[in-house]
Amino acid sequence: MEYGLILEWIIKAVLMLLILLIGFAYTTYLERKVLARMQVRYGPNRAGPKGLLQPVADGVKLIFKEELIPAKADKLLFILAPVITVLPALTILAVVPFGGTVNLFGREITLSIAGDLNVGILYLTAVTSITVYGMVLAGWASNNKYAMMGGIRATAQVISYELALGLAFIGPILLASSMSVNEIVNAQGRMGWFFIYQPIGFIIFLIATLAEINRVPFDMPEAEQELVAGYHTEYSGMKFALFMMTEYIKMIVVAVLAATFFLGGYLGPFVDQVPWLGPVYLFIKVFILVFGIIWVRATWPRFRYDRLMAFGWKIMLPLAVLNVLLTGAFIILFPGVIR
Amino acid sequence: MIPDMILFILLAIVAVTSALGMLLSRSAVYSALNLVLNFGTVAVLYLLLGAPFIALAQITVYAGAIMVLFLFVIMLLGVEQLRKGSALPWQQTLAIISGLLLLALTAYVIFIRPMTLPQVSPTQLGFGTPGAIGEILFNKYLLPFEVTSVLLLVAMIGAIVLTGKREPKTKT
Repeated sequence: MEYGLILEWIIKAVLMLLILLIGFAYTTYLERKVLARMQVRYGPNRAGPKGLLQPVADGVKLIFKEELIPAKADKLLFILAPVITVLPALTILAVVPFGGTVNLFGREITLSIAGDLNVGILYLTAVTSITVYGMVLAGWASNNKYAMMGGIRATAQVISYELALGLAFIGPILLASSMSVNEIVNAQGRMGWFFIYQPIGFIIFLIATLAEINRVPFDMPEAEQELVAGYHTEYSGMKFALFMMTEYIKMIVVAVLAATFFLGGYLGPFVDQVPWLGPVYLFIKVFILVFGIIWVRATWPRFRYDRLMAFGWKIMLPLAVLNVLLTGAFIILFPGVIR
Repeated sequence: MIPDMILFILLAIVAVTSALGMLLSRSAVYSALNLVLNFGTVAVLYLLLGAPFIALAQITVYAGAIMVLFLFVIMLLGVEQLRKGSALPWQQTLAIISGLLLLALTAYVIFIRPMTLPQVSPTQLGFGTPGAIGEILFNKYLLPFEVTSVLLLVAMIGAIVLTGKREPKTKT
């Protein structure tokens, strides 16, 4: 094994973590500012110019907070649950390309950790399917009825919407005839962005991912009017911060995935000549999508729980199956489109 | 070769320990979590054997879907703590006897009648990729694949019929 290669991987992994952590901090700031604007308030404006240092102040405050563990809680799982929650969110983007190949210090470097993995999409579904453990275990280990209800709701919701999400992946797979995320982006370079071919799939993907990350209007696991704060009711200090971190990192992650599968990923004008434009284009697309997620939060009320389940099973799932069928028929009828 | 061996031994230790933990734990939640860990380790073993598709399917289906449902049921019914002693006393004796039989059989095969497995040829190395599996599944094994899907559908309909609400009969 070449040592340079190992070094390259380590640098990429550390960079990825740093980007996600900084992204987390400033997504919270963005959300508070945008929500405030939409509700005719100012939002954070005291720490630093225009409140730009607010995330830092929040982080310092949370580090110095006292950490409480309920007396009857299951200590081991109570401490492990935040860690189990944050790990999938940090590792899931390993298969997503952030750009093409760039030349740096005389080395050809691809801007992704494992973009060419031929089971890339399966990796994504595997990691999304285990994200729910952290929430369930946090709810159970707290030994609190509200936390428990939040955990149980999280399980039912994530399992229900995972099916539609998995089926929404199939459209891009069929069009690119590959499970490698890199190949899916390249295919969009040849045939145009996939949301043109996959309007239903794109909408299903957006709705299902909103439900997977428990954002409004699908934030049943932590509905504050019913469940205090849901599965993280008993958490404080850095453990609470880890849950918050997961929520915001997941927002970024689903925006990156939606951009990669349906909006051309890092592709854009002149990206062939100047490969460093790739991450810039991806950032712009992700920013727009994250803004959209925040906008949805400011606009829509929460689903009722039974409606949420009925919507997932009776509308989303049949539509997703129909979309797979239509995509298959489309590919057979117009074989010239696939390039 | 040596790093592979070290990795394999570590994984094997984790797999066996988590399997034992799943059997011996008195808390149903810890049992379930041990089983999840076991599934994860087995998935990594599949990866080492060059079968990425089956490895990730294992995590998605078993660790991600089935075990989440198990945890859901355990928590919903509130049966986290198992009672002392077994409900079926004869089961333990039977389990010990059959376990010993299996152990004896394995020992017999390994030590007394050693068999050599056929060497994997380099052309077969791509057998675990999604493309190869799909090709085999939809050509050679199409009928078994379809039959399995029908079987699962029947099980699903059965579950819906068993749990479905019935109209009260007193209406007539």
